Amino acid sequence: MSLFNILNVSGSGMSAQSVRLNTTASNIANADSVSSSVDKTYRARHPIFEAEMLKANSLQNSSPGVSVKGIVESDKPLLKEYSPDHPMADGDGFIYKPNVNVMEEMADMISASRSYQMNVQVADATKTMLQQTLRMGK
Amino acid sequence: MAINFDNALGVHQYSLGVRAQRAEVISSNIANANTPHYKAQDVDFASAMKAASSHQQGLSMSQTADKHFDLTALSQQHVQYRTPTQADTGDGNTVDTQKEQAAFMQNSLEYQMSLGFLEGSFSGMRKALRGD
Repeated sequence: MSLFNILNVSGSGMSAQSVRLNTTASNIANADSVSSSVDKTYRARHPIFEAEMLKANSLQNSSPGVSVKGIVESDKPLLKEYSPDHPMADGDGFIYKPNVNVMEEMADMISASRSYQMNVQVADATKTMLQQTLRMGK
Repeated sequence: MAINFDNALGVHQYSLGVRAQRAEVISSNIANANTPHYKAQDVDFASAMKAASSHQQGLSMSQTADKHFDLTALSQQHVQYRTPTQADTGDGNTVDTQKEQAAFMQNSLEYQMSLGFLEGSFSGMRKALRGD
């Protein structure tokens, strides 16, 4: 039944967008996590989305849902700062700051929450359509 | 003349199905609004209606080997890709969320409209059966 499938599709969208919100929250929370080596420094994380083409069978392949394929760490250069008085400074007096761009993360957060809202609206409209269909002829 | 459901319900029973399918396609566009390389799709209403009302759906062939063509996929040719209205933004995604949202709302209103016509036909039949 196609209308019920919409609830699955928009549900997958909501779940994917909430993963995106989650990584954004983690990035913003760790934007100032200083460390004393390149390896231990936090790096900005972003989810990669993918259409659920493989799961869909031949009858439903025109309307795939979305799934999170994986979460990748940004390979932008870390911020290296000379701060010999810092308790976390390494032998040469350097500290390393994450490569999180807070402005980018804020924009990403708004985009994710708008997309989430949109999926909720779709599910809501579908619910109304289903209820009206069930009431038909009464 | 006997009561014929096909005649009484007219085209609305098919348009309801096509609109449900269109809602499905648009909802998947909205869900994949941030998926790289996803291409927005839509239902070509005229050809979908033609396919739905020409009773071709009952025609199916059994697949006895993996390499046989899937005829149900061939009959879904009325789902086509949208022409993007703006240049590629970098990730190959062609979904315009505002457009999709507007299309979904319009489609759900049209669905309700078809439902209304069907309800009208049913209440008309009921009136005829009761005879009061």
